[in-house]
Amino acid sequence: MFGATSAIAEQVARLYAAKGARIFLAGRQRERLDTIAQDLQVRGASAVSTYGVDFDDVAAFGPMVEACGSPDRTLIAYGTLPDQQGAEGSADLTAKALLTNFTSPAVLLNLLADRLHSGAAVAVITSVAGERGRQSNYVYGAAKGGLSRFLEGLRHRLAPKGIRVIDVRPGFVDTPMTDGMDKKGPLWAKPERVARDIEKALERRDGPIHTPWFWWGIMAIITRVPARIFHKTKL
Amino acid sequence: MVIARRAEQVLSWGRCHRFDHVRLIPGTIDEAREAVRGEGPVLPFGLGRSYGDSCLNDNAVLIDTQRLDHFVSFDEAKGEIVCEAGVSLDAILALLATKPQTDGYWFLPVVPGTKFVTVGGAIANDVHGKNHEVEGTFGRHVNWFDLARSDGQLLRCSPEENAELFAATIGGLGLTGLVTRASIRLMKVPSLMLEVEDIRIRNLDHYFEVAEESRSGWTHHAAWVDVLAEGKAAGRGIYTRSRFTTCENSKEAKSGGPRVPVEAPSWAISHPTIKLFNAVYGRKLFGEMRRTECTPYGPVFFPLDGVSDWNKMYGRGGFYQYQCVVPKDLARESTAALLPTIAEDRQGSFLTVLKEFGDITSPGMLSFPMPGTTLAVDFPNRGERTLELLDRLDAITLDAGGRVYAAKDGRASAEMLVQGFPKLETFRRYVDPAFSSTFWRRSAGTR
Repeated sequence: MFGATSAIAEQVARLYAAKGARIFLAGRQRERLDTIAQDLQVRGASAVSTYGVDFDDVAAFGPMVEACGSPDRTLIAYGTLPDQQGAEGSADLTAKALLTNFTSPAVLLNLLADRLHSGAAVAVITSVAGERGRQSNYVYGAAKGGLSRFLEGLRHRLAPKGIRVIDVRPGFVDTPMTDGMDKKGPLWAKPERVARDIEKALERRDGPIHTPWFWWGIMAIITRVPARIFHKTKL
Repeated sequence: MVIARRAEQVLSWGRCHRFDHVRLIPGTIDEAREAVRGEGPVLPFGLGRSYGDSCLNDNAVLIDTQRLDHFVSFDEAKGEIVCEAGVSLDAILALLATKPQTDGYWFLPVVPGTKFVTVGGAIANDVHGKNHEVEGTFGRHVNWFDLARSDGQLLRCSPEENAELFAATIGGLGLTGLVTRASIRLMKVPSLMLEVEDIRIRNLDHYFEVAEESRSGWTHHAAWVDVLAEGKAAGRGIYTRSRFTTCENSKEAKSGGPRVPVEAPSWAISHPTIKLFNAVYGRKLFGEMRRTECTPYGPVFFPLDGVSDWNKMYGRGGFYQYQCVVPKDLARESTAALLPTIAEDRQGSFLTVLKEFGDITSPGMLSFPMPGTTLAVDFPNRGERTLELLDRLDAITLDAGGRVYAAKDGRASAEMLVQGFPKLETFRRYVDPAFSSTFWRRSAGTR
């Protein structure tokens, strides 16, 4: 689990703990990692190890990947939701958002790819926001969209080796990352729900998935709306 | 530290109290300790299964414990579980089901009528189950908890350490501080199956007869009562008693039941539909006098958990649940007075339950159970008319020296609280100055 303190990653980890898995947790907040590790142990994980890391520091990834060994299942779940308007006026914010949401997972995936064995599966959380650039969050969307394209290529490379690469595209999920948003309405999903979809995909799927599934339909429409109509919306 | 905060309207389970709140959602115990400081008045909030206003804090702050949902340890030799306050009983039971022991399973000694209750909420309401005569309340099985107070202290409370605060917090409605972690003692059961016996009850006398006879050999008891039966038939219903057993070839537990998607129209809870329901349910035994079967604990302990959002059945107006207890020596006559009052008014609904409380005392100062008989009834909210009826029921309860259950209450008078809870004045000393609730301000907080 890279980004193990993320709400979605934690729920996925619980599903694997219940199956008695050995789990490697990498994240920035040491104390939270310890709390989660204890919890997973009680829930049935046969072993849990933690690794403190700042995912913006890509130079530090070598030893981390060394420490995690050759995982059967991998989840990359970290990311930030940058303030779009802030980023529009700030080179630093834009660069940092791209670093955390695109560059960092891309670097990590390339390092990890060499260690994976046949039968392994890697899931990476991207976003429906990556499927079409929109004025309200295209910095985030571009990073996630770029990551989706990266995963497409990685999937192409690893498929012959029997390694599956899953691009998880959640819609609105009620997690700490989205605490600034109004969470009413039927489109909001709980992290537990998204985690079940991810676990299912890790066990048998390949390619991109939408979660909850209905986002497939929503995005099919949004990506096909002609620009002259799309530009009139505030999406 | 940036604690998540949302301004929103929050309803309690009965859906007739809805207020604006600021909801703080701490992600760690450190954040939780931060959240209880300063910005008063605050009130801890779990899964919101309290029916009335005891889990609400109108125009003030709720500290939502949903993200404090981690287990800390599980000692399989001693049967002790330590977890954060936001862990639900559902999560604990699900965990225990995956940990078979050589001689059965560990299980929570006391579970209320829903498993969607947090450990913090179970402590704050000192919940009881169908086995009160055998195990007492939830609070009796708490080894210790950590309590975050608004002065910044985090106090370990147990019967030995900070014992008074321990007693005040059990059943203390979240007013003494925020429970962050707790250690719960479990009990060993031979399996997760129950032998269940349903007995047709003719009237109230028959109820007390069967309740008496069931005391030996059975651990869990409750009777469903046809609330519309009058005269000689008052108290007619079905008595259900059960015990853990090792029976095999059982009914399969269904996963994922039906759901009430929206608020039902008001005719759904009208006199004719209630009558129909009672008539159908009352014939559950198909003419038999009794029936025994082997059933997973879920449907026996948590019958309503199978229907998601069942509280929306009562429509936009919501409903009141009335739960009172009347002491043993007056139980028979008081119950005999309560039932016809409800039947005559024709407002009562699907769920009327009678149950016996035993004499195991709880450590909690404001704990609800006392030796005697408890009655719980749902009433669709019809405004003044319903409140008047509930006042009449209060009068009978008060006369008998009984009390109402704060977790279910949203309207009882301050007098009711003062008379029903003799340790109220002692309790007052342990209320955290930064903590309050709508219930507390309404009924006893300001004097």
